[in-house]
Amino acid sequence: MMNTRIKRPRIHLGAWGAPLGIIGAVIALAWIVVAFLAPVIAPHDPLAQDLPRLQAPGGDTILGTDSLGRDVFSRLISGAGVTIPLALLLVVLSVLIGTILGSIAGFFGRWVDETIMRITDLVMAFPTVILAMVIAAALGASLLNAVYAALIVSWPSYARLTRGLVLGLRSSNYVVSGRLLGFSPWRSLWRDIAPNIIGPILVLASLDIGTAILLLSGLSFLGLGAKPPTAEWGSMVSDAIGNFDQWWLGVFPGLAILTVVVAFNFVGDALRDALDPKSATLRGGGPTL
Amino acid sequence: MRPARATRAGRTGHPFARYLIQRILTSLLLVVGVTLVTFTLTNLVPGDPVAAALGQHAAEDPAIVASFRAHYGVDQPLVVQYFTYLGNLVHGDLGESPTTHHPVLEDLQVAVPATLEIAIGAIVLSVIIGVVLGTLAAYRRGKVTDHVLRVVSLLGLSVPTFWLALVLYYVFFFKLHIAPGSGRLSAIYAAPPTVTGMTTVDALLAGQWDVFLDASAHLFLPVLVLTLYTVGLLTRFVRTAVLEILDMDYVRAARAKGLPGRTVVWSYVLRGASIPVLTIVGLAFGSLLSGTVLVESVFSWPGLGSYAFKAASNLDLPGIMGVGLVIGIIYLGTNLIVDLLYSVVDPRVRLA
Repeated sequence: MMNTRIKRPRIHLGAWGAPLGIIGAVIALAWIVVAFLAPVIAPHDPLAQDLPRLQAPGGDTILGTDSLGRDVFSRLISGAGVTIPLALLLVVLSVLIGTILGSIAGFFGRWVDETIMRITDLVMAFPTVILAMVIAAALGASLLNAVYAALIVSWPSYARLTRGLVLGLRSSNYVVSGRLLGFSPWRSLWRDIAPNIIGPILVLASLDIGTAILLLSGLSFLGLGAKPPTAEWGSMVSDAIGNFDQWWLGVFPGLAILTVVVAFNFVGDALRDALDPKSATLRGGGPTL
Repeated sequence: MRPARATRAGRTGHPFARYLIQRILTSLLLVVGVTLVTFTLTNLVPGDPVAAALGQHAAEDPAIVASFRAHYGVDQPLVVQYFTYLGNLVHGDLGESPTTHHPVLEDLQVAVPATLEIAIGAIVLSVIIGVVLGTLAAYRRGKVTDHVLRVVSLLGLSVPTFWLALVLYYVFFFKLHIAPGSGRLSAIYAAPPTVTGMTTVDALLAGQWDVFLDASAHLFLPVLVLTLYTVGLLTRFVRTAVLEILDMDYVRAARAKGLPGRTVVWSYVLRGASIPVLTIVGLAFGSLLSGTVLVESVFSWPGLGSYAFKAASNLDLPGIMGVGLVIGIIYLGTNLIVDLLYSVVDPRVRLA
């Protein structure tokens, strides 16, 4: 085939071929392992107040102790076990709710579509943190309530993305012929449409894990998530505010958040390059903190 | 284009006026929706606003509770409460906040300009830096610059703002003593006469240079924190948008006929990329407002985020409703500005 149009070479690094993606995946996996092994590998009980207070890093403790004599390193490790699983749960639930509502809206159209999309517009008109904060405060401060609050603000971007993708496919020949053959709408959605829209949704979801971690730890920082003794990164940073001279109290939990979020974002970015090079998925799906 | 012109001539009124009316009508619907959502949310929850406002001790005294309920109208059925609220709203009455004991409207007149001052500063800076870096990354696609910028912008997107704010506060104020502390002005200065509510602008209007400098110094760190995040977002997006445009035939033609690089960038590439970039700038402004909640809490900035936080933690219904309302209005205002700019940068986009 002759193609006289000169094209700039499009570089498609495979998802796992992109070095950043690999680095991100390794760091993210390491954190996930830490999260699940936290109770086993933490050198101290993260809640026990049995060490000398406000010790600097080095010496007996790797990262020092806090104002109540708890081991910062152990708290950091168990913090991974608190935030990462909840963030993953949050993203999975948002994807489920968002894609189901989005595909219903896109596939059935009319008033169903109108209703669902107006609700997403309404939720998305709010800055996520403010809405989540109001909901979390109303539900009462607890980590699980923070997840519910975050869920309410995060499903709409998936609904919007899915709806757009489904709309694009609904009139494609193979879906139309399926309908003519008498397939039920659900079969069309599940067998014909779903496999074709999974890529962009996956990209958005992977970029959203970082956002979820930032949102949950931000709510905890404000005192609307984890309750005091829990070793949660956001609350650890907020606990550090009174003790500016003990820099290690605030710096390490912040670095923990940063490394996890950056790792997932590296993965998401590489996935986007590989699966969805012409992505316009920034919100639907802009991270928000 | 022709048919569009014909239909426009067929209707009465200036197209912009019609556009504005249409926009305002949809906006009103959305604002009503926002109030309904906030109202439902804050009422359907287990928390008890009376206990939150009065404290546990007073909340056990039935007489105090009854007078509180009567004063704030929460002894009425919910539907009545909601319509009373809407009715008052029409008269510009947003109710009284049980947290601050001020009319919500007065509170917001202080909080909104305080937040806009940071948000506008941050969005202007971010757009300038983001467009430059994004364009640079697209032009150097696949080269070292591109990779470095990718890492930097992803880092910017991944930093927890509340933590970054604390770190900068620690370094610049606590250690180096080069940044002023929290708040909007140092204690030695009196606030300039209120015109816009933005301290820097008011100080300029009053000709008080020292106050302006002090206010700007206070503004610096919060703006910096918010800018870093938004720059990450914009750089990534501008890169994508510019890459698409670089592929276009008209850009290739402009290059081929030997136009200087600067002309190609400004008049062809950036102009072509401006629509998607404008869209994302509008959205980024929304996420920036999100960020202000956390940043304001670190810098004790008396803005909308702090106010929303106080109102939310006290289940202060009028306060929360007021915040929701303002946010609805800011959201619509942003969209309106973005829409108007569309037609400025691309005359093919008509407002009808």
